[in-house]
Amino acid sequence: MDTSLLIIQTLNGLQLGLLLFLVASGLTLVFGILDFVNLAHASLYMIGAFVCASLTYLVGNFFLAVVLALPVTAALGWAVERFVARPLYARDHLDHVLATFGLILVFDTAAHLIWGPEGIAVPLPEAFQGQLALSETLVIPTFRLVIIAAGLAAAGGLYWMVTFTRLGMLIRAGASNRTMVAALGINIELLFGLVFALGAALAGLAGMLIAPITEASIGMGNQVIITAFVVIIVGGIGSMKGAFIAALLIGLIDTLGRSFLDDIFKLVMSPDAAENSAPAISAMLIYIIMACVLALKPQGLFPPKVR
Amino acid sequence: MTSRTLITLAAMALLAVLPPVFYFTGNAFWLDLATRLVILAIAAVSLNLILGYGGLVSFGHAAYVGLGAYAVGIPAYHWLYGGLEHLGLATTSGLVQIPLAMAVCALFALVTGAICLRTKGVYFIMITMAFAQMVYYAIVSVEEYGGDDGLVIDTRSELPGVSLDDPLQLFGLAYVSLVAAMLIVRMITRSRFGMVLRGAKGNAERVQMMGLNPYAYRLTAYVISGAMAGYAGALLGNFTTFISPEMMDWTRSGELMFMVILGGASTTGGPVLGAAAFIILEEVLSHFTIYWHLPFGLLLIAVVLFTRGGLMGMFGGRK
Repeated sequence: MDTSLLIIQTLNGLQLGLLLFLVASGLTLVFGILDFVNLAHASLYMIGAFVCASLTYLVGNFFLAVVLALPVTAALGWAVERFVARPLYARDHLDHVLATFGLILVFDTAAHLIWGPEGIAVPLPEAFQGQLALSETLVIPTFRLVIIAAGLAAAGGLYWMVTFTRLGMLIRAGASNRTMVAALGINIELLFGLVFALGAALAGLAGMLIAPITEASIGMGNQVIITAFVVIIVGGIGSMKGAFIAALLIGLIDTLGRSFLDDIFKLVMSPDAAENSAPAISAMLIYIIMACVLALKPQGLFPPKVR
Repeated sequence: MTSRTLITLAAMALLAVLPPVFYFTGNAFWLDLATRLVILAIAAVSLNLILGYGGLVSFGHAAYVGLGAYAVGIPAYHWLYGGLEHLGLATTSGLVQIPLAMAVCALFALVTGAICLRTKGVYFIMITMAFAQMVYYAIVSVEEYGGDDGLVIDTRSELPGVSLDDPLQLFGLAYVSLVAAMLIVRMITRSRFGMVLRGAKGNAERVQMMGLNPYAYRLTAYVISGAMAGYAGALLGNFTTFISPEMMDWTRSGELMFMVILGGASTTGGPVLGAAAFIILEEVLSHFTIYWHLPFGLLLIAVVLFTRGGLMGMFGGRK
């Protein structure tokens, strides 16, 4: 195992973890406050990527495209809340799961209709095409650092908003007792709509940031949504802190597992057996972690105090 | 006889008569469609046992169908290409494959159910899905069995007295199996065991206060349901002769749930009606447009928003 590879993969894991946090934070916000299970949350991640890709070609600037695409995903999130989620708040989780499963089909097919079956590649902004050389063997693409910085900034901003602003106070209050908040004269419907829109924008941002690395493609959200659910379940549903720690944990475990598990296995088993079993185990690793956490702590690592 | 029973009997009669009639009039396609429908209906009936009657929203049921299919495919693969003879598992005998499918699924349900059932609500939904994903990724990464390309097995299970290569007999077996599955679930849910299971759905604390352990009842139901879905999977593997991890993708689990809810959960005929509506819709919509998922998704949302109790709910009856 060489050190520079370890450092690079740790950074990659961090990057994945922060992207996961952007998706999972909205998911856990919506679940924690609205008690609504939104399977279609990561569809906004996909839509964000596609809208940003189109806008990048239209306006010729990736960052301007991101700024323009964010309100689009927020508006879409607001619409989802208004027309699908709101009528279902009083129903049980099964109805949420089914309706938002339907939404996934709608979003995926709509993306197919609008953008075609092929994915859209997004050119990396020129300013970030370079690489940062820390040593001879250790080069890091600048854009990955941008993603990490953006993810940390979003996490910090979210923390600041939830802890110190009036909106954040209302969100926390709404999570504890929505009837009470409504009784205090707060427009709870507006608040819920805002929470949904905020979550959608965060998921969309994650999609936009990943688009130059992978590309915008149909169904890209369907992989992420499952991992994001693993994150919020490991972290404890409704807990922002839990989502942050679990996202980093899952991101690191997944990335490092894929690159180093065979080396680790070789310490205890024959090289052949290690080569054969490592890919399977590393693909399952995060689910194994989730099962272990739930077996020990059925409420996740950081269950929110009020539920 | 209630109107629901009448509807169920009528649907089952139609399902028994129409496909063979179409077949003999030279329309083999409809028999194919009906066979797929009946097999998926068995899986939906098995899911209904825990979802409808037990209130346990399992979002990983497709994993059992997939495992069942692989329990047919893997022995047949070794029978064709060698390996595993010493375990007696290189075989095309259905008398080995089908019990194997059910045993593997029952075991998987026992182990994962023991963990899943410690959790509640959305945690349960998600952990069942996580276990299904684990199986999915395990199969995808085994290149011996085709990885994500799947296995093409051109030989079907051999069973005494039935030739599964004959589409009519395959349909017959699936149909008889569906009727048996419906009767078994009906019998279970009306037994003392089923009463406890249904009681625990409504109020687990009350069941506990009566000195019964809901966990044990739920786990038992979970295992029965898993084994039944594994049986459906074994049939599906025989029907498609192409077994791929795609069978256990999480969206397949979502579709099974949709069938149960669309038809009407906790009714005997509901899952069958749901599966029928699902397959027919899929067929009709995909005939008109390659974008059929769009109207399908909208319909799914509309069903959840505007109907209660699914198709069966429209026919009144209890509740």
